[in-house]
Formats: sequence, structure tokens, C-alpha cells
Amino acid sequence: MTSPRYSIFSLARNALGYHRSWSRAWRSPEPQPSYDVVIVGGGGHGLATAYYLAREHDAGSIAVLEKGWLGGGNTGRNTTIIRSNYLWDESAHLYEKSLKLYEGLSRELNFNIMLSQRGVLNLAHNEHDLKELSRRVRAIRLNGIDSEVLDPAGVKAEVPIVNTSPDVRYPILGASIQRRGGIARHDAVAWGFARAADARGVDIVQNCEVTGIDVSGGRVTGLRTSRGRIAANKVGLVAAGHSSVLAAMAGLRLPIESHTLQAMVSEPIKPILHGVVMSNAVHVYVSQSDKGELVIGAGMDGYNSYSQRGSFQIVEGQMGALVELFPIFSRLRMLRQWGGIVDVCPDASPIVGKTPVDGLYINCGWGTGGFKATPGSGWAFAHTIAQDRPHALNAPFALERFASGALIDEHGAAAVAH
Amino acid sequence: MLLIPCPWCGERDESEFACGGEAHIARPPDPDALNDAEWADYLFMRTNPKGSQRERWCHTHGCGRWFNVERDTVTHRILSVYRMGEPPPKDAP
Repeated sequence: MTSPRYSIFSLARNALGYHRSWSRAWRSPEPQPSYDVVIVGGGGHGLATAYYLAREHDAGSIAVLEKGWLGGGNTGRNTTIIRSNYLWDESAHLYEKSLKLYEGLSRELNFNIMLSQRGVLNLAHNEHDLKELSRRVRAIRLNGIDSEVLDPAGVKAEVPIVNTSPDVRYPILGASIQRRGGIARHDAVAWGFARAADARGVDIVQNCEVTGIDVSGGRVTGLRTSRGRIAANKVGLVAAGHSSVLAAMAGLRLPIESHTLQAMVSEPIKPILHGVVMSNAVHVYVSQSDKGELVIGAGMDGYNSYSQRGSFQIVEGQMGALVELFPIFSRLRMLRQWGGIVDVCPDASPIVGKTPVDGLYINCGWGTGGFKATPGSGWAFAHTIAQDRPHALNAPFALERFASGALIDEHGAAAVAH
Repeated sequence: MLLIPCPWCGERDESEFACGGEAHIARPPDPDALNDAEWADYLFMRTNPKGSQRERWCHTHGCGRWFNVERDTVTHRILSVYRMGEPPPKDAP
């Protein structure tokens, strides 16, 4: 439709034209007065939902409303780590579905998301860590997902620059590794889904903030936005960082607290760190981007915030942990730092499903680890919206679990402090 | 970093404190009378406002005492501080 297929030939053709005639990757339509399905939130999860709705379901007309620009929220503010090494069956199945979709996503979307399955290591620093990690690896393998335990020599073989000396405060006693885990380019994931959804007729409307949700007789009827009222039969809320604010517009309360999660990148250096290294105990995780920058994450700030600014002592702790693990980085300068707002559930698992309001669906609470789930989340949420019932993959992640007590405790797999 | 005025110790760095989340969530007097949804609302549901929020803080690495803070979650400005058991300043007669 609007965007021709990307290939080596289109690249060569446009190179000869000094790249002046590339067409827009997606349209910028005016919002229509009414849609069958409106997705609120143009981040990765929202765009993936719209794409899978258009590709796999007969959902009618679809729009994605984004208050800012595409992928300008947490999609563009994360550390791009992808893995599926979760303890409980429910999580393992959902995140593994996502990883499998990621593995074919560049081809499927005709957009290079630069998936690099370079392996994700989770370090153990004491006997308890090691036992817990071994248990986790066995549980993951029982779910048919690749995972191994490494001893300190194995960690050293994978990551030669890590400090495996026994004489440090938090010595490395071992690690788990998921070799299919890795990183991808976060912007490309948002752009790829946007372009593919647009090509299937989805209206992506940017600079359109939802200011109210109209509910009549227990059923959603439409949205009030900064660009006028938009009627809708079904509405999916996928607005990480503002889930509680949006839900309150429909009179709903969520078990969510919003916190700042900070990350930063260093100055670019030559390739030195191959895999992704995470440590639950000292609260740092790091990988090296294809540009050469170290991408470094930490635990989240301890109080509620919508400010996208974090506290300095978190940065200080994160740097201390990084330098202890990698003394070689001690003189590296940091280039920039940012904060995103993560919506955290009490069990560190997301909410993907229906709400008490008919026609209103919610996908939120991914906490610190939503990026890895982007395609799987969108795939399952699209099914939920189109069929008006959850898929088996996301049924355990219903809002009702907080009343039934069937929580899915993944604090251990979240890999950062909550 | 926040500068938090502990009612007992005065202004101290945020790193001395621990945040205990939303304040004034009263335990229902008769839990047996509640259904599961009402109990879940008490246990898990939070207002999580964008703007002014009343929350509990503990001066963990100082006097160790709990107190209430009213803080804006967008600007991080601390609007008021009051002791446990005291009504929030705006509600005071």
C-alpha cells in the first residue's frame, strides 16, 4: 500500500537517488468519527495488538491512538533485553510465545528489528541464589525452553571480562544462561509493527490524547480525545505508565503502582561484551549495543512517580555494581541517562484481559520487563479483543486473579528489585 | 534525590528513607463480612494518582519512625508532612 517492500534492491535503488524518494513508512490519517476497535497507546504492545488484530482476526476498522509519538514511551526507553526464562508455567508459555514470534519477526514485518540472540546470563552470588537459579533452570527446561547452569569457569568462558574473583563482596558462584535470549532494536520493533499494521489498513493517529472513556449501561461506547470524540465498539487500553489514570476514566481501580525505572548508556567502545549479563542480587544488567554503547539498567525507584525522572542514589548503586562485576569499565564515561514509568503489579506479572466494563480490555502491568513480551502480548491481546475472551496463553493473567488469589509470583524472574 | 522533612529529625536525603506506599488504607473492621472482590480491593487495589498522593514513609536509617507525606507524583514536590494518626492538613478543622 503506502510503503513498498524493503529489500536490498529497494536500498540500492534509493541509494542511487540519494535517499530522497523513500515513501513514508505509514500514513498519518485524520481520526474517523468511529471505529470497530480502538487501541489506546501507540507503543510496541499497542501496535503489535493492532497488527495481529488486522492480520489474524476479522475485527473491522481499527485505530491506534497515541498521545505523543510512536514508541516515545517505554518502548523507546528500555534496555531491549529479550528472554523467556520465567519460573512459572503461565509466564513461561506467554514469554516463550513472544520469543518465538520475535525469532521470525524481521521477515514477517519486512523490517529489520536487529534481533541478536547472543545469550542472557543471570548471575548467582551466594548459595541460595545458586539453588534458586538451578531450580529455575530445571523448571524452564521442563517447559521445553533452553536454559543451562554455568559454573564460574563457564561464566568466565562466556564473558571473559567479568570479575570471577572469590575475594569480592558478591562473588560470582555461577549463572544461568538462555542462549536464545538477547537484544533487539526497540525503535525498529515499534516502527516495524506500525508499518505492517498501517499496510493492513490500521489508522495510526499520533498526537491524540484520550481524555475520557464513555461508558453507557456497563458498555464502552467511545473515547473523548484531544482530537474530538471517537466512537468505538471495543477499546483496548495498552498505555504503560498511565494504566491507572486511563482505567480511572472508566471507573476502574487497578492493583498497580507506577514507578520510575532508570537506565543509561555509556560512550561507545569497541566490541567487548558479547552477551547480556544480569544480576538480581547487585541490581544491574548490561549489554553492548551494535553501536558500541553499553546499555545499563538498574532496579526501580522506591516511590510512585509519573515524572520520568529518577533518583541519583539508584544510579550510584547501579554504577557501583557494574564496576564490581566489570572492573574494566571503571573509567568509562556515561553518555546519557533516562527514566521511564513502569506499572508494577503486586505479583510482578502483567494483566492482559477483559475488564468489568463490556467491550473494554486492558493490557498493563508489565512492570520492568515489557519489551521482551511485545509480540506475544499483542498476539494474545488481539485474540482477547477479537473473540471477547482470553486465549489460553493470557487467561491466567486476568484482573480477576487478585480476587481469586491465583497470583503468578515472578519477582525472581523480573531480575530487578521491586 | 528527594529532600524529605522527617517530623522528628528534620530534612534528610531520600536514601535514608523507605517508602511504604499509599497512606490511609484502613484494614476493614470485619474481614469476614467482605466478599473476595472487596478484600482484593483492600489488599491490592491502589489509587496510584497522577498528582497529589498521600503516602507513608519510614526514616529507616534515622529515627526509624513512620510518618505521612503528601507529595506530587509528577513534580515530586512535597506538599505536607504529618505524623501517624494525625489527619491530613487539608482535612484538619
